[in-house]
This record gives sequence, C-alpha cells and structure tokens, in this order.
Amino acid sequence: MKQSKRTPIALLLMTIIGAWLFIAAPSGLTTINISTDSDIFKLPDFGVNIALICASALAVQVAGFVGSAYLVLARNRKTPRWVVIAFAAALVIEILVSLFAGKTMTFTSLLQGSLALAVPLIFGSLAGVLSERVGVVNIAIEGQLLAGAFVSALVTSLSHNLLAGLIGALIAGALVAWVLAVFAIKYVVDQIIVGVVLNVLVIGLTNFIFSTLMVSNLPLFDQPDRFPTILIPLLGQIPVLGPVLFNQTLIVYLMYIAVAVVYFALFKTRWGLRVRAVGEYPRAADTVGINVFRTRYLSVMIGGALAGLGGSFFTLGQVGAFGKEMTNGAGYIALAALIFGRWNPIYAAFAALLFGFAENLQYGLAIIGSSVPSEFLLMLPYAMTVVAVAGLVGKVTGPAASGKAYIKS
Amino acid sequence: MKRIMKEFTGGSAFLSILAVIASLLVGGVLIALSNQDVQTTATYLTARPSDFFHALWNAVFGAYDAMFRGAIFNYQAQSSQEMFKPITETLAYATPITMSGLGLAVAFRSGLFNIGATGQIIFGAMFAGWVGIYVDLPWYIHFPLAVLAGIVGGGLFGALVGFLKATTGANEVIVTIMFNYIAALLLGYLLKTPLLQAPGAVNPISPPVKDSAKYVFFLGDQFRVHGGLFAMLIAVVFVWWLLNRSTLGFRFRALGHNPSAAKVAGINIGLTYILVMGISGALSGLAGTSQILGSEQVLTLGVAASYGFDAITVALLGRSNPWGVLFAGLLFGGLRAGAVTMQADQGVPVDIVLVVQSLIVLFIAAPPLVRSIFRVKVSKEAVA
Repeated sequence: MKQSKRTPIALLLMTIIGAWLFIAAPSGLTTINISTDSDIFKLPDFGVNIALICASALAVQVAGFVGSAYLVLARNRKTPRWVVIAFAAALVIEILVSLFAGKTMTFTSLLQGSLALAVPLIFGSLAGVLSERVGVVNIAIEGQLLAGAFVSALVTSLSHNLLAGLIGALIAGALVAWVLAVFAIKYVVDQIIVGVVLNVLVIGLTNFIFSTLMVSNLPLFDQPDRFPTILIPLLGQIPVLGPVLFNQTLIVYLMYIAVAVVYFALFKTRWGLRVRAVGEYPRAADTVGINVFRTRYLSVMIGGALAGLGGSFFTLGQVGAFGKEMTNGAGYIALAALIFGRWNPIYAAFAALLFGFAENLQYGLAIIGSSVPSEFLLMLPYAMTVVAVAGLVGKVTGPAASGKAYIKS
Repeated sequence: MKRIMKEFTGGSAFLSILAVIASLLVGGVLIALSNQDVQTTATYLTARPSDFFHALWNAVFGAYDAMFRGAIFNYQAQSSQEMFKPITETLAYATPITMSGLGLAVAFRSGLFNIGATGQIIFGAMFAGWVGIYVDLPWYIHFPLAVLAGIVGGGLFGALVGFLKATTGANEVIVTIMFNYIAALLLGYLLKTPLLQAPGAVNPISPPVKDSAKYVFFLGDQFRVHGGLFAMLIAVVFVWWLLNRSTLGFRFRALGHNPSAAKVAGINIGLTYILVMGISGALSGLAGTSQILGSEQVLTLGVAASYGFDAITVALLGRSNPWGVLFAGLLFGGLRAGAVTMQADQGVPVDIVLVVQSLIVLFIAAPPLVRSIFRVKVSKEAVA
C-alpha cells in the first residue's frame, strides 16, 4: 500500500511559513520572564535572539520535511509521530518569539491563563470521549457545561456549600446527557440533531430562569462562593510548573484525576474494553452478552456528569456568578479538542491545553499592544480541527459505531 | 441516519401539529412557574384554589395572547396600520429563516447534515454587503448584482464543505460547526478593517448599504417586510422543482437514500456533494442578502442572529419538504415576532422561544414520545 503524501505536503506548507517568519521576523531580543513569587529559587529573566530561534526552528523544519518526504516517497513508510510533534513545536516557539519581539513574555502567567481556559475544555472533551467511545455522538457538550455552570451557581448560592454545588453540577450534566441518551438510544433520533437542539434548549432554559428568577434577587440566587486556590507544598514551588499546575482550585485537581481515571478506565479495565467494543461494533458486543443499551446510558451519563463538573469551573472556579450563555462555545471547542485528540482522553487534554493557550495568547498580546488580530488566534482551534478531519496530518477516524443507533434484532 | 431522514420526510403532518401543541404547553408551564402572581397564590393554594387558577390562567393566557397580538393581529391597536403590523413582522422574520431552512432541507434530503447555516448566512451577508456598500451602479444592475454576490458567497462557503467531504472524506457536521465559528471570527476581523468597517467608526459596524442595492419595502418604510419575501417564495418553488422535478434533484435524493447505490448507478458522488452543499449554502447566502439588503442594512456581528439554528429547526419541522419548510418558517417567524411583544407586555423573556423551538424539534424527532405524551393525557382525562 502506498503511503499518503499528505503529511509531507502539510510539513512543506508549515516549512514555508517557518521560512517566511525567518525572513520577516524582526531582529532583536525577546525577553522571557518565567519566575513567580512562590518559587523556591528564582530564575532570572532572559533574552533570546529571535533570528537565532527562527533559524534553528527552520533547520528543524527543513530536516523534518526532507526526512518525511524521503520516508514516504523512497521508503514507503509512515512519518513517525515524534517528527510531526517536534516540527509543530519548532513552529510554535518560532511564532511565539516573533510575536513578542522586543517585549517581555511573561511565560508562566501565559500558561496559567491557558490552563484556566482549558479546564472546562478538558472536562468537556472527556465527556465527548466517554460518549463517542461508546457510540453516541455528543454535540451537547456545550449544553452539559452550561447546565453545570448554572446549577452549581444556583445550588452554591442557596446552600453556601461548595460541595453541594459540585454535586449539583454533576447531576445537571448527567441529566442533559441522560436526555441525549434517551433520544439517541431509546427513540433512535439522529444524535447530531438531538445534540444541537439540546444545546439550544439548555441556553433557552438557563436564560429564561436567569432572567425571571435569578435577576430578581442576585445576592440570593447568583452569588456563589468560589473555591479557594490550594497551593500544594513542594510541588507548587517548582518554577514554571508549580504555579501553573499546583496552585489551583479543587476543580482543577479533580480534572487531573478525571483525565487519568478516564484513560485508565477506558484502556486498562474490563469495563473500558466493553465500552469500546460497544462503540466499535455493538452487534458483536451484544452477541457476547454485553448489555449495549446499559453500557451506552452509563458511559454517556458519566461523561455528562464530568462536563457538568467542568461547567462549575466557570462559576465556582472563576467568575463567581452565572451569566447568560457564559460557556460561549466552549463545548464546541471541547468537541474540536476531542477530535484533534483522536478520541483519546490524554491527547484530547493536550489538544484542549493547546486551544486554551491559543485563546489566552490574545490576552497576552493585547497587554503588549501587539497588532496581531485576536480573531485569528481564536480561529486556530476551529481551523486546526478542520485540518485534522480533512486528514492533512494523519488520518482521523472515530469509533466505528459512533453516531449510529443500535437496534436490537 | 438514513432511517431517521426517512422518518423526517415521510412522517405525518398530524404529529408535527401535536409536537407544536405539546411544546407550547411546556412553554406555558414555564411561563406559569415564573409568574409572580402564580407563585404567591400557590402559597395559599389549599385555602383559595380559585385565586391560583385565576392567576395561572392570566399568566399563560396573557402571554400567549400577547404572542398572538405580536405575531398575527393586534386587536388592541388604535390604527389599522398598527393592527396589521404584527403579521408583517412575522413575514419579515420568516423570510431569512425560510430561505436558510430551504437550504438545509436540500442538504438533509441528500443525506448531508449541514449545520453551517450561520456561517453561510454570514458569508452571504459579507459578499452582498460589500457589493451593496461599495459598488456604484444603477439600481437595476446593482440590486441583482448584490443579491447574486450573496448567493455566490454563501454557495462558495457551502461548496467548500462539499469539496472537503468529496476529496478527503471530512465529516460535514464537524466541518460546518467549525466553519460557523471561523466565519463569525472572520466577520469580526473584517469589521475592524477598512474593507468593511465604516470610516471613523469605533464599533465593528459597516457603512449602510446604498439605496440602489436594497430590497423594495413594498408596504412603505414603516413596515419591516421587504421584497425578500418574494425571493423567498421563488426559492420555495425553486427547491420544490429542484428536488421533485429536476434530474439534479433526483441525483441528490438518490445520494440521500443510498450513496453506494447512487455510485453504482453512475452518479459522480464527489461532484454531487459539492453541488448539494453549494446550493444549500447559496440558499443560506440568500438569507444573508435578506438580512443585509433588507432588514439590517448595515453589517454587524449579529447579522446572522439565531437564524442558523432556526433554519435547522425549520428544516426538521417542515420535514425537508419545501412547502413544509415554508409553513414551519412562518410559524417560527411568528414565534419570534410574538415573543418580542410577549416580553414587552408580559415580561416573559424572549428566551422562551428557544425552549419552545427546541422542544418542537425533540418531539418531532421522536414520534413515539409525542404519541405517548398524548396517550397519557387522554387516559388521565378518562380516569377523571
């Protein structure tokens, strides 16, 4: 079988961008600031030479492209994954350094903001993974996030209990997922339609209740407490990683656990094997005695609960109040992360981090007064997903039975 | 998916009506629950139930009465012009919704899920808007040119999805969802550049469209309904002809029924994907022209409003049949128009429309559910 020439072509395109950056990049230094107050030992700010970075990045890219083209054309072999990753990393570093030319890039706070934006995306993409791996397309991530955000704000405001709010968010997300599951599994309605419609239903309901109930008494209904940040001793004092990863709220720590648990459960347990079997070939799974319907309901609802938890991050982790349509399309970016991460919880989490980074970069650039239009950074997740589903960088295929209702015969 | 498609297209109109009624009932429950009088009277329900039911009736009837007055005929108005204004508002809302819904119907019938009406409307509005704003021509050339530009803009953006599907097998659902966001962000960017932003403007807003490119406001300037209404009717007939009478439409439907069989029969699948999505996008582009050359006349970020989602619901409610889409479009146009009055008069947030709309689609998509709801109702009454 002949290997596809898509990867070398995509690499060539990126090399051209890299070469253009090398030529067009301003000369001079970019200062990088990485230390924060809580570090054990302070690292000084340091400057990097933009031309040098761009030149080395270009070298990596040319080598990567030539190598990939040689492998595919002459040896008829696939381009190794790490080549593509190194290639992309070189391009990202090059772009970053050029964007902040002559300015100071506060790297650590850039990453902190990225993680904050990525938390709901990661929860959302986990919901998508659990749902699609079992064969139910989950377009309703947005609705699950929004329901979680709304219910957690309401419950916490009324009860003054953050944990009650979290439980409320879990239930709210699971409930939306349950409706999705009922329509997809019991009524055999097209899953994409149900997903799209559920998102709007949740927007309509939360907007309606917000305008009629919450607004009438905001202190009573929409002033939840917020989770305090917990600094983990030692780990939290590592430069860069510490303040980014280990000085966070409970929800973020739950997110780490959730990613690990979902990965382990899906790929290392009997239950996960069953889930994936149902998502790939439900008839075969049914034949060997797996209850297809129960497995689907359960997995979709666990996913929904996780998305609900992610939604609570908007209200209990960040803003401290519910606002109309506050998820603002995060569910669709989570969907993008899930596809970009190839239905794998860990890859999806990294894709979500990348998308969070792209989104946060615009704030970082706004601070230094950069003229790069924020719209294009915001466009990145969507454009990358289109590139991914178009198969320009490797083939992206979801679970075989995803989106197909199972009718027991 | 094909099975579901068949269910949409082959279902009965009766169930659609039941679905609408059921959704309005649920909406009524929400309106009642959120009403202050209902809440207070409920606290002494057992003591004086009549108060409660009185308040309940007032809340729900008041809301839907306001909706009727806002959407069809305002019997409380002083002048005859005010009386008939509501129905023209309904038509004004229904115009873009129906156009875009027709586009989605073409795609659904061909087995393609076009979720990208929002992006295609935006592209149509950008193309038509640019021609309408910056080109100087006599109206009999300018207006058709601007409309054509919108159709081409939406069509190209749609055809791109078909092209990606044909050449790489990219799933059109994912691509159209992502394209919606890309289109909105691109519009946001262009409205900050001299290409579309009004000179001297601080906000992302374009200069107004020239008079020579506008749809005719045939009832006068005090009504919002415009010549796009006739374009919409032409589009209905066109889609009916396309799907039911033309060879091309036959290919589309063959593709929708069974792609493998269509391929064996010698239909060029890839080209058909591009044509389906192109025509589908073109109709949404036409909806974009109705917005920019008719209702809005300046390009802003909100040019597509929620019409992208409305179009999906309209195509589903109309079961992807052009005449069904027309009726569904009029119904949702009425809901939109009525909701405005409902909010102003009764303080019921317009968001109730989103709830009712999405419930309608859910009920329609699951006929057994509607049947069971109404059967339950009947048996309860029988017991009572």
